Amino acid sequence: MTDQPNLIEMRGVSKHFGDFQALKDVSLDVKLGERVVICGPSGSGKSTLIRCINRLEAHEAGEIVVDGVTLTQSQDSPDKIRGTVGMVFQQFNLFPHLTVLENLTLGPRRVLGLSEDEAKARAMLHLERVQIPDQADKLPRQLSGGQQQRVAIARSLCMEPRIMLFDEPTSALDPEMIAEVLDVMTELATSGMTMIVVTHEMGFARRVADKMVFMDKGEIVEVGTAEDVFTAPKSDRFAAFIKQILNH
Amino acid sequence: MKRVIVLLPLLLILSGCSGNWGWYVVDPTTTNGANNLHFMATGAYNTILMSLTAIIISVIAGLLVALPGLSEKKAWRAFNRTYVEIVRAVPILVLILWVYYGLPQLSGITLNVFWAGVFALALSDSAFQAEIFRAGIQSISKGQYEAAQSISLNYRDTMRYVILPQAIRRILPALGNQLVYMLKMSSLVSVIGMQELTRKANELVVSEYRPLEIYTILVLEYLVLILIVSSGVRWLERRMNSSEA
Ligand SMILES: Nc1ncnc2c1ncn2[C@@H]1O[C@H](COP(=O)(O)OP(=O)(O)OP(=O)(O)O)[C@@H](O)[C@H]1O
Ligand SMILES: [Mg+2]
Repeated sequence: MTDQPNLIEMRGVSKHFGDFQALKDVSLDVKLGERVVICGPSGSGKSTLIRCINRLEAHEAGEIVVDGVTLTQSQDSPDKIRGTVGMVFQQFNLFPHLTVLENLTLGPRRVLGLSEDEAKARAMLHLERVQIPDQADKLPRQLSGGQQQRVAIARSLCMEPRIMLFDEPTSALDPEMIAEVLDVMTELATSGMTMIVVTHEMGFARRVADKMVFMDKGEIVEVGTAEDVFTAPKSDRFAAFIKQILNH
Repeated sequence: MKRVIVLLPLLLILSGCSGNWGWYVVDPTTTNGANNLHFMATGAYNTILMSLTAIIISVIAGLLVALPGLSEKKAWRAFNRTYVEIVRAVPILVLILWVYYGLPQLSGITLNVFWAGVFALALSDSAFQAEIFRAGIQSISKGQYEAAQSISLNYRDTMRYVILPQAIRRILPALGNQLVYMLKMSSLVSVIGMQELTRKANELVVSEYRPLEIYTILVLEYLVLILIVSSGVRWLERRMNSSEA
């Protein structure tokens, strides 16, 4: 892992919302194939951090380099990282008026210029990967939450991204559906995908994470291997946070 | 619908017990009555054609005015507000007169009665359409834009494939209302000589001197048109709802 090139480099990144500073001088490297798990209390800036990587938010100070492309500090350059970064949201955000298959083929057809047949073939491939090929012609609302989130993962994969971002992908799910989504993510990790996952699923983090990041109040407080961090957290804040999570 | 069914016999009963009604002018069993009815009905073609043309133009114009209203740029939003406030403030009748009699002097372009009517109706309605579209588009959650952006759709494709299809389903009832409104307002174009339902009725009243019967028929004509439109819109809503939540 150590000899892999950096796919994402963040140096001294800051971001305000009005007077409120959501990110304070954040630096983070993510190597090719690395699996990073970010955790931290609510409002600590986890979402803001990963949203800066795929341009849903514009950063103000510092530098972000994604796959060799330096992101400008304005928001109007999503083209530059087109197709490089995929994102999965807490609320799935599937397109409710389109079938599962149409959700998956829209991007490949309109953005990547695939023909309908090519896009469909690719979509079915990824639906099989998330284990719901039989739901292709249904509408999102006809699926369970776990199935919807797996469709959302497949929709991202259809763009063949080099990096996948997950923002609390299981937080909106009923407990019995969390495992099926985590299984798909674990499979993805095993296949070598570079991933940044914001989650409080510590079991998943332990199994999958190469690197654990703990954030609090807009800062990265602690970074370490999952092993180090869970057995001997360096900061009191992280120790307290882990204790609280595990007791839940 | 039920109210109409109750109202119709009531009208007929009224006509029976009052000496003031003279249905013979529109009695389809007599030659003159049938001719009169036919004369009145011929106005429907222009009423419908004018309203439909105007609503198509106003929907497109409304969308084009609504989009800048959703922009993050202040100047675009200011354009939207100015357009909506000014157009909404002018009475339709005044707009019709201004377009037909005023515009030729201002611009040298003379519109015939039909297009002057269509233009005035569409212009007036476009301000309302713009507000309807703006509210409809704003009701779509931010997550839909973010999902579209996360698969790199550009603005045009995001609007075309993600936002507008959802917004239009939501505003369909409001668009139906506007069409009903348009059918009613098209009667005002009679003042510049458009041969539509109201104008035909007016002309018949002048020659037959039976305003009560003729205008009653006119009321029924609009009622039938509007009932057809409302049930059509409701059918469309049901069809769309069965394919989406
Ligand atoms: N668009 C915005 N406008 C104003 N404030 C915002 C905005 N987005 C985030 N914030 C604020 O920035 C801070 C960090 O938000 P962020 O969503 O990154 O936190 P988080 O760590 O993801 O929290 P959670 O666990 O609740 O998702 C919060 O205090 C939030 O209120
Ligand atoms: Mg968050």
